[in-house]
Amino acid sequence: MIDIKDLHKSYKTGATSLHVLKGINFNVKEGELVSIMGSSGSGKSTLLNILGMLDEADAGSYHLDNVPIKNLNEKIAAQYRNKFLGFIFQSFNLINYKTALDNVAMPLYYQGVSRGERLDRSMAYLEKVGLAPWARHLPNELSGGQKQRVAIARALASDPKVLLADEPTGALDTKTSYEVMDLIQGINDEGKTILVVTHEDDIAHMTKRIVNLKDGVIIDDSFVKQVRAKDHV
Amino acid sequence: MFNLERWEEIFETISKNKLRTFLTGLSVLSGIFILVILLGVSQGMQNGISTQFQGDAANIIYVWTGVTSVEYKGMNPGREIQLRNKDYDQIVRAHENELEYKSSIYSTWGQMITYKKEAGSYRLEGIYPDYQFLENQSMIKGRHINVLDVDHSTKSVVIGKKVYDDLFKEEEALGKYVKVSGVNFKVVGVFSDPGGEREESRVFVPITTAQKVFGGGNKVNSLSFSLPMEDDFDKATAASVQFSENLKDKLKKAHDVAPEDESAISVNNSLENAKRFYELMSMIKMFFWFVGIATILAGVIGVSNIMLIIVKERTKEIGIRKALGAQPLSIVTMILHESIFVTAIAGFLGLFLGLLLLEFIGPMVETEFITNPSVDFNIAITTVVILIVAGAFAGFFPAWRAARIKPIIALRDE
Repeated sequence: MIDIKDLHKSYKTGATSLHVLKGINFNVKEGELVSIMGSSGSGKSTLLNILGMLDEADAGSYHLDNVPIKNLNEKIAAQYRNKFLGFIFQSFNLINYKTALDNVAMPLYYQGVSRGERLDRSMAYLEKVGLAPWARHLPNELSGGQKQRVAIARALASDPKVLLADEPTGALDTKTSYEVMDLIQGINDEGKTILVVTHEDDIAHMTKRIVNLKDGVIIDDSFVKQVRAKDHV
Repeated sequence: MFNLERWEEIFETISKNKLRTFLTGLSVLSGIFILVILLGVSQGMQNGISTQFQGDAANIIYVWTGVTSVEYKGMNPGREIQLRNKDYDQIVRAHENELEYKSSIYSTWGQMITYKKEAGSYRLEGIYPDYQFLENQSMIKGRHINVLDVDHSTKSVVIGKKVYDDLFKEEEALGKYVKVSGVNFKVVGVFSDPGGEREESRVFVPITTAQKVFGGGNKVNSLSFSLPMEDDFDKATAASVQFSENLKDKLKKAHDVAPEDESAISVNNSLENAKRFYELMSMIKMFFWFVGIATILAGVIGVSNIMLIIVKERTKEIGIRKALGAQPLSIVTMILHESIFVTAIAGFLGLFLGLLLLEFIGPMVETEFITNPSVDFNIAITTVVILIVAGAFAGFFPAWRAARIKPIIALRDE
């Protein structure tokens, strides 16, 4: 599903150049649930941004579902993001003047799905994350865990190939974190490929494979025995 | 533009951001509203001043005579020149089509006028009906001298307000008789004159009557004419100068006055007045245009400001939308579509309110210098359109920039 070869990325700030990713080789097969770990400055967020087409690599190749992701202009990047990827952010990034339902429907709007169908499909995803009764609520009427569920429903709405989660539990307490991880595990069980960036060990062990980044290189990439979040809730 | 989905999205955004929409709308609305009122008042002032000056016949041409100063055709200087009815008749006949108002005047000074026990000495002038308009007199009571009075040499008299106050006090004057040098005249009207008390201590009788009763024969003291107003000052000047030169030449020829003699026959066309009038008008126009343009400019800046803030405020939202697959163009059009929609609605609402106010308040304004304030509808529409276009332009650049920001940076914006 994801195929990365010898990926380099450096940031130039004035005269100094910061080499963040120093040749990453990385494969993810369909249906995997992978966590990317590393301390701050290890390059894990940069890697996720490149995977999410929010940023572009300096060198190396990136194939997503056998499509080369290279020299994208804004327009095509937007299309690919819409078609291939679903994002889950640490700070949820819901549009605060739209209801939960309308937030979930956003990716479908940009796919050109008609309003009626958009709302029907969004409602189904809200039901899936257990928030159907909250469909008409605004984000600020929801708790953190609920917001993240809405964000997950939104990420699922466009039926993407890969879900990218950037510290999905970073703003949540432990109990809520596990609930969210349970939801993510459930989605993965249905066959969705999911990448989770985290710095929390317990969260990482709830995935099936841990990739450890340090100073821009992968120092460890191993499959682990998945801890089911449900057992800890 | 007619994409129903996009409209739904915009209506949703607008209705969910009521305060923002309201403030944007309000700034546009008040700008247009003020502009409309301003333009209305400007027009009202032009109307008001224009009627003031036009009534006073800004382009009045006044002819009087004196004594010759140059020897001519064997006649010595110092000869007195006397205008007569035939001079007036000839001029009127020759220039019938050019003239707006015309009158010859036979004046007598220091006429003793009495009513009951009250008496006073006033200037009496025999005139034609047009004289009322040449002097911008308005009737307080009754009527002015009319054509029938002149034709039948009636003993009718129109008295100035000062004369009325002196002789009649509060008493009803119409239909009463006053004695002028022992002859009874019937008061038919009381006039007021913008020239004030000096001008209002005069009485008028038909010129035919004056000439018969006060020994004028066919003598005339002065002639007074006016030409129709032209919108263009240069045109008005040219017409006026040409007419007075023409007049002077004719009269000099008729009275055997040397062409270079300046003292025998004087023609004064009140171009000075006219010039001041036109200058004042153009000053007022310029002033209001200046203020109007400044208002539009302020409105444009206001709209631009709000657009900048809106785009800034929505940076994060734009980042989210882009992460979810929004293309740059769709972001730009979304913001512009919304802003144009709001400014258009607010602009036309402001226009409508302004016009409504002018329509209802306008006729109630009771000052001499503002009459019938109104707005050229085309100008008002143009301003609204300018404001909308300016708002769109002002919003376009920040929107374009925001659409080009990488979503990762926009998302980081807190």
